[in-house]
Amino acid sequence: MKIGVVTFPGSLDDRDAARAIRLAGGEPVSLWHADKSIKKVDAVVLPGGFSYGDYLRCGAIAAQAPVMKNIIKKAGEGLPVLGICNGFQILVESHLLPGGLIRNEKQHFVCRDQKLRVENVDSAWTSAFQKGDEITIPLKNGEGGYIATDETLKMLEGEGLITFRYLEVNPNGSMNDIAGLRNERGNVVGLMPHPEHAVEPGFGPDSPVAMRSGVDGLKFFQSVLRSVISA
Amino acid sequence: MIIDTVDQAKIEAAKEQPWAALGLKQDEYNSIKEILGRRPTSSELAMYSVMWSEHCSYKSSKIYLRQFGEKVTPEMKKRLLVGMGENAGVVDIGEGLAVTFKVESHNHPSYIEPFQGAATGVGGIVRDILTMGARPIAVMDQLRFGAPEHPDTARVVHGVVDGISFYGNCLGLPNIGGETVFDKVYQGNPLVNALSIGVLKHGDLKLAKADKVGDLVILFGARTGADGIGGVSVLASDTFDADGPSRRPAVQVGDPFAEKVLIECCLELFAAGCVSGIQDLGGAGISCATSELASNGGKGMKVQLKKVLLRDESLTPEEILMSESQERMMAIVPKRHLRAFKKIVDKHEVEYSVLGKVINEDRLLIYWGEQEIVNVPPRTVAHDGPVYERPVRKPKWQAPLNAASVQARGLYRANNNTTDLAAQFVQIISSPNQADKSYITGQFDRYVGGNTALAYPDGAGMIRVSEETGLGVALSTDANGRYCQLDPYQGARLALAEAYRNVATSGAKPIAVTNCLNFGSPENPGVMWQFKQATTGLADGCLELGIPVTGGNVSFYNQTGDVAIFPTPVVGVLGVIDDVARRIPSGWQDEGNNIYLLGVTKDELDGSVWSEVVHDYLGGRPPAVDLEFEKRLAELLHGASLQGLVASATDLSEAGLAQALTESVLRFNMGARVWISELCERDGIDKTSALFSESTGRVLVSVGREDDVKFVGLCDARNIPVLRIGVTDNTGELEIQDLATWKLSDLRNSWVATLPELFS
Repeated sequence: MKIGVVTFPGSLDDRDAARAIRLAGGEPVSLWHADKSIKKVDAVVLPGGFSYGDYLRCGAIAAQAPVMKNIIKKAGEGLPVLGICNGFQILVESHLLPGGLIRNEKQHFVCRDQKLRVENVDSAWTSAFQKGDEITIPLKNGEGGYIATDETLKMLEGEGLITFRYLEVNPNGSMNDIAGLRNERGNVVGLMPHPEHAVEPGFGPDSPVAMRSGVDGLKFFQSVLRSVISA
Repeated sequence: MIIDTVDQAKIEAAKEQPWAALGLKQDEYNSIKEILGRRPTSSELAMYSVMWSEHCSYKSSKIYLRQFGEKVTPEMKKRLLVGMGENAGVVDIGEGLAVTFKVESHNHPSYIEPFQGAATGVGGIVRDILTMGARPIAVMDQLRFGAPEHPDTARVVHGVVDGISFYGNCLGLPNIGGETVFDKVYQGNPLVNALSIGVLKHGDLKLAKADKVGDLVILFGARTGADGIGGVSVLASDTFDADGPSRRPAVQVGDPFAEKVLIECCLELFAAGCVSGIQDLGGAGISCATSELASNGGKGMKVQLKKVLLRDESLTPEEILMSESQERMMAIVPKRHLRAFKKIVDKHEVEYSVLGKVINEDRLLIYWGEQEIVNVPPRTVAHDGPVYERPVRKPKWQAPLNAASVQARGLYRANNNTTDLAAQFVQIISSPNQADKSYITGQFDRYVGGNTALAYPDGAGMIRVSEETGLGVALSTDANGRYCQLDPYQGARLALAEAYRNVATSGAKPIAVTNCLNFGSPENPGVMWQFKQATTGLADGCLELGIPVTGGNVSFYNQTGDVAIFPTPVVGVLGVIDDVARRIPSGWQDEGNNIYLLGVTKDELDGSVWSEVVHDYLGGRPPAVDLEFEKRLAELLHGASLQGLVASATDLSEAGLAQALTESVLRFNMGARVWISELCERDGIDKTSALFSESTGRVLVSVGREDDVKFVGLCDARNIPVLRIGVTDNTGELEIQDLATWKLSDLRNSWVATLPELFS
């Protein structure tokens, strides 16, 4: 099972995403922003970071990268794509997901262990969860405030496209506590928090079991491996 | 533009030059003329003035820093692959891997322009690490601000924290810890020190030298602009026509994206074997890089300055030489590798320019088109700067300050007033220096890279270096300016002991030391005395502990008017751990564990947080340090961690037992019942000392019942005093018998609220 991880100039969590794929049992394949080819991968992760320095608008330049043309096209055909943090911003800038992401309400970068509720499990990246699961994965962003028009919000809520909602603390002022979304088909998911930082005991958020041992992020990658196999 | 050439300098010998305005002394100017056998050109003058500055030449500190290289045993050198004098020291950690680490100051720029000052401080230290051929893997920062309630403090705090957050987060380097201290002595002189650590394979080590004749000198990365030109602006406005660039901002402007790209580009260049030498451009820009590369290689260099890619075409040659524009590197590239070099920099869309080549002549020759503007022996610029033995005098106030101890002063102790004593406990743990720092650390990415094994609020930072074996390194830095003000010799040893203990407490074995020595003006004999004492104390301490200093940085002139900061030698200790899975947590997780206090508590409250927070007082002598005991304590913790005997360990330092208890219960929200009467009796101390004394050589550990006998046996065998002072208890409370019981939620609220209330 090959899952591509795109490296843009300024990508930071690409190695982490590759590790997460490996730990879930997949084979990570690195993709370069300037290449058109996506090497016949079965799914793609757009990792976190500050692609192209986040100049202009976060994710805006990356959305125009050569590799994205192909990814956008294949996503339309059902290729599973996960956008994490900057990757979510890129998905929004690519119009694969609706809405926008703006500067955190409190104007500061926030890094915290964030509690989320899984709202929807009908997607390539969330099928291993149960609806209503409460999970904790790290969140770290400066521009993670989700915004959308009333109409879009109504559509997202109505059609069950909200996959994750912030619990207890809304860290960045996102509307309707939205932490992550899926597209209608369920192959494209974007979220601000970082599942790839909660995949290995000892290096994740604190869990009730032990220090830094939360692995709630692993299910994102297990979900896609399952969905690709069954597809 | 009028160009002052070497030929011109020969003819026009008597020309007035602005050496004084550039910070040179008369005798320094004279020795430049002696070296050259003529007056310097304006470009040469600019180069010498910057390279001979205190910042670059260490002219006041050199004679003391030598101790770090002299007070070493062969045993201490065993792990040292690169010692002092290079961009950063390199230490063997086994498995064919090495780490390089260093801490550097960016104090003055961070006061003038906190955001950019702090940001470029991070950028600079990361490039130093990269220059050694290492992949940077983590950063830390050591911050000192003025009084929290002073109106200017918030400006500096917000700027500095935002700057570190902006730059560090964009580089993808986890921030694994650091220090934040508030004290009015830093009001006009905040300290912003940044530390970075990198990892490399033994064979990948790179050095900043140009030693192969014919190799190309290539400048790559960001373009050169007019930022960061300090002294040269004076030169420009004095010497050149008025319509050129004149006053330029002296603080550099950072672009972390450019740096991130540069890091990946450099690592690819190293892996491809394209470069034979590399130097980052930091202070003194091209002047520093060209002269140091040539001098280190024992060769010369011929450079065409017009080849430098510019952001501002109106820059003069002097300004180009001095510019401190960020995110630039200089590589020495064998001609046959130029094509491979070009392919890699093109891939990363990094601009480069071949400036010249290495020559077999002991000269640094710089041309501006056809005109020769620099012709000097490189060593005289880079390494043979002036060395001063400045006057040293113990300050007159020192003896009276030492005599005015807490005891002599008769400060009130609430031993017999439980209400007061309990109130002091909360007052102390919620004071700005002791309170939770997540308001600051929560703005830094501690996760990126996926190898962070420990980070704030843990006592030390820890990073996994090898995913295959779990090999990792731990780092802790410490400095206590109040102790150093009372006794700089002892204060430096105390900082060393605490950083050493913090690393040992994490389960790692301490192996090397770095430092950042922040002091007032070296022209003040009292400050020079402090500096001499502190460096001697640190060098002696390292010798006693058997771990070498691998490098460091000196920051002088941290003073406003005649008033210097407290001497603040930040000491960083690096430890190695064979498997980070074995690390010791810093708080209590399990119910029913026994709580042991290791070491002896004495009545040592001089310089303490208690004396500061409760009594606003500083006087007396800092706590004693027994480094031989610290060593045994570290060995005990290492042994206990190998056998998995301790469930957690927290070191006791500032605010003593009170702070350690607070952090231990709040780390994972596990309550405890604690008694101190036996401690008071055994050590012959009162309750105030039991709770707040800052005696060294103490660690609080929790041990599962099943490991109890074994653990106590281990302590006895190593002759480490051990006393059971409590048990963990999942009641949601911290109870100190005969004193108070606090709900953990109340304690947390007090501990967490302080910084947000001050700065949000």
